[in-house]
Amino acid sequence: MKRDGYAIGLRAAMAVGYAFLYVPLVCVVVYSFNASRLVTVWGGFSTKWYGALFANGPILEAARRSFAIAAMAATGAVLIGTLAALALSRKPPPRGQGALSLLVAAPLVMPEVILGLSALLLFVGMQQAVGWPAGRGMATIAIAHVTFCSCYATVVVRARLAQLDPALGEAAMDLGARPLAVFFRITLPLIAPALVAGWLLSFTLSLDDLVVASFTSGPGSSTLPMLIYSKVKLGVTPEMNALATIVIGVVAVFVAIAAWMLRQREPVAHDSVARNVRPGAGSK
Amino acid sequence: MTAASYLRLEGVRKRFADVVAVDDVSLDIVQGEFFALLGGSGSGKSTLLRMLAGLERPDAGRILIDGVDVTAMPPYERPVNLMFQSYALFPHLSVRENIAFGLRQQGLPRDRREARVAEMLKLVRLEKLGERRPDQLSGGQRQRVALARALAREPKILLLDEPLGALDRRLREQTQFELMNVQRRVGTTFIVVTHDQDEAMTMATRVAVMDGGRIVQVATPPELYENPATRLVASFIGDANQFVGKVESVAGGTVAVASPDLGISLRATAREPVAVGTEVAVAVRPEKIDVREQAPEAADNVLRGAVVQIAYLGDISLYHVRTSGGAIVRVQETHAERSSDPHYAVGDELHLVWPAASALVLTA
Amino acid sequence: MNRARWLVTAVPLAWLGVFFLLPFLVVVAMSLAPPAPPGHSPLPAPGELLRSWAANGLDWRHYGALFSDSLYASAYLNSLLFAGVSTLACLVLGYPLAYGIARAKPAARAVLLLLVVLPFWTSSLLRNYALIGILKGNGLLNQVLLATGIVDRPAEILHTDLAVYIGIVYGYLPFMVLPLAATLMRLDFTLLEAAADLGARPFDAFWRVTWPLSRPGVIAGSLLVFVPAVGEFVVPDLLGGPRALTIGRVIWTEFFSNRDWARAAAVAVGVLVLVALPLLWFERRGERGDAAT
Repeated sequence: MKRDGYAIGLRAAMAVGYAFLYVPLVCVVVYSFNASRLVTVWGGFSTKWYGALFANGPILEAARRSFAIAAMAATGAVLIGTLAALALSRKPPPRGQGALSLLVAAPLVMPEVILGLSALLLFVGMQQAVGWPAGRGMATIAIAHVTFCSCYATVVVRARLAQLDPALGEAAMDLGARPLAVFFRITLPLIAPALVAGWLLSFTLSLDDLVVASFTSGPGSSTLPMLIYSKVKLGVTPEMNALATIVIGVVAVFVAIAAWMLRQREPVAHDSVARNVRPGAGSK
Repeated sequence: MTAASYLRLEGVRKRFADVVAVDDVSLDIVQGEFFALLGGSGSGKSTLLRMLAGLERPDAGRILIDGVDVTAMPPYERPVNLMFQSYALFPHLSVRENIAFGLRQQGLPRDRREARVAEMLKLVRLEKLGERRPDQLSGGQRQRVALARALAREPKILLLDEPLGALDRRLREQTQFELMNVQRRVGTTFIVVTHDQDEAMTMATRVAVMDGGRIVQVATPPELYENPATRLVASFIGDANQFVGKVESVAGGTVAVASPDLGISLRATAREPVAVGTEVAVAVRPEKIDVREQAPEAADNVLRGAVVQIAYLGDISLYHVRTSGGAIVRVQETHAERSSDPHYAVGDELHLVWPAASALVLTA
Repeated sequence: MNRARWLVTAVPLAWLGVFFLLPFLVVVAMSLAPPAPPGHSPLPAPGELLRSWAANGLDWRHYGALFSDSLYASAYLNSLLFAGVSTLACLVLGYPLAYGIARAKPAARAVLLLLVVLPFWTSSLLRNYALIGILKGNGLLNQVLLATGIVDRPAEILHTDLAVYIGIVYGYLPFMVLPLAATLMRLDFTLLEAAADLGARPFDAFWRVTWPLSRPGVIAGSLLVFVPAVGEFVVPDLLGGPRALTIGRVIWTEFFSNRDWARAAAVAVGVLVLVALPLLWFERRGERGDAAT
């Protein structure tokens, strides 16, 4: 009987945890359809804030800009992060591996404000010294984002590389593949899921970043988070509810797709035991 | 062995940090052999195999395959293929694509490639499973895919790293004979690494026993069993009672050894001349000892003792007999006739008898 | 071939060297720079800087200010306090969540995990905005408190330290739950049955078996929460009161409001030495420890 007590307690604690995570999101979604300008008063169902959002030129412009930066940053971060992960998992350690592992770990513990400030000072200094970059804008934001996102991408790709059986690469070499062929025919297909995950993570981090972008942007290159920040600072802005609802909706759809794909792959992922028991079950 | 050497190792050496994994190994293997490298973990057998595959570079020595020095040749240029212990099947490729991997790397045209894959699938009886992914196969099926993949390129030598290690016992016995069949049909030289002496004895035409990075003995299975070179080989291959003592007298090939444990003098055969006074061991296999209830009239070696333990194994029984001196001797009796009564019981007093020819003097 | 091999290390090393390491040298130089003459760029040119240093020595006045003005010391302490307490709160709230996820059936487990991750993928700014709506004077929380009679007039929550704690926990809870759940999923639950068989009551079994075995997850999760929370800017800025000063806010204010680049740089160097380097050392030590086992 005591056992049931623990089970009920555990369920209650879980319910509190999930409620904590989701009540604010649900509120935002509900209020986004509120006709009243007052966030606390229900004034009937309306989609007018969505209309207002899509009529808001600066927001749309900033959103477009943020997506472009995020796509650039994610692509660059995955490229650099993959190289770094390969260099870090190579045995015997290549020259510079120690330095690289330090440089990859450091941005992860660095406060964003410092990352932003130091990137800005670098860009200003470079402009004064060599004339590039001429002013700040999307390019400088993207460079700064590539820098810290690549460290996260490294972590993701490196974890996947660590799971790979080193015998696979040896087997490919034994079957006549040169190192470059081993990379493209064996390593790359096998770490592809991690590249996708690293890209999505970098994209999200870039799209979400306020601080680094604030330091490294120039006039007329405000990103979506910068715009949201200034609006939230000013107070009640019902369009934000609509924007948040759209973001939540898009993410939920993506997560649902990911969940569905995971489900499809489930039998493959937990393969060997089940397959050995019933060898006929896996035919496609 | 009169045939020309097909694979030759000359003074091959490899050390990792401060461990010498392979120490001055020289070896000649003839074309078409089914050769086994047998040893415990850390004996250097796997490192030796990896050096043959080109996955490790020897620190010293040379490796020649069919007269060509391949010591510095990278794995992707060597005319050998390795079947990995974990099989190392590419999880993102189908069975067919796995087998075709090395052929594509060779640049074989598509039709010849497909024909070769079909031939290989037939060889390992997996014609129907070509489109499956490795994770949709049973352990035995994976093993066969790994074999087919390694053989597809028609290597001069096929290296097999513990080929049966990942299979359960029943499947292992069946697969042993399958491997031998395949080897006979394709005629490729096989070199298999194993820690299982039964496996090596069953499959191989010749076996090299390795210990501490060195090759202790190279011989055919019967030779290895009946004429072990060292005490280690004698106890590693099959079971052997070993009694330590000093040589008392030498008469031709027969030697008398005083055993302090048994309190008697043992008569045994020496393959090489030994000097009186040398510290040696006398090895006698349990099945070579005869059990009598009555003392025999004349025999080279007779021991008296009492049964202390009986292990009934169906086809045979194994007795532990304690001699008056306190030493335990293992004796084996074959059950040639059906009978549910054991021949002897714990406590029975017995005479153990064996001729000098059945006992071997080992100096190392 | 060897060149390609070399590039794999060299490209990321060069990128991070130029865009991460070099900026720090600029920050350090900036923090020691003399005041810029009016009309000049706040960032002195390297040659100019070296000449000034050669003539007058390094300019330590900003570091002096870090010690003399209690604002900075309290910002450092505030940051550590906010991060520490929030990490503890995340652990208390997140452990049962992770435990429940680990013990759920595999199908339910996948869904529960995704539900924990989902908020992370949405915008953190918008989530803070959502929290403002709940915490403010006439927000949902106060309405519930009033309706249930716990308070008789709206409690002041938004723009207090409490709001900062709630905000950090809300934002970083997933980072605590994920590594914890991963560790607990690997835990062999027959160990608990063995403990029970050996006479341990459920609480003892938890305290003597589950908790010690889940410690790697606790440490990993705590680091993932604590490290970014120390430098957090958005949460204290949007949810905290004007006195909820953190190092993130101080650097931001020095830079954007006071336009004192050199002071901002000096604060940043202080953070680097006092917070970031110890954390980096701690993390790498942990990493090496993991590799050794």
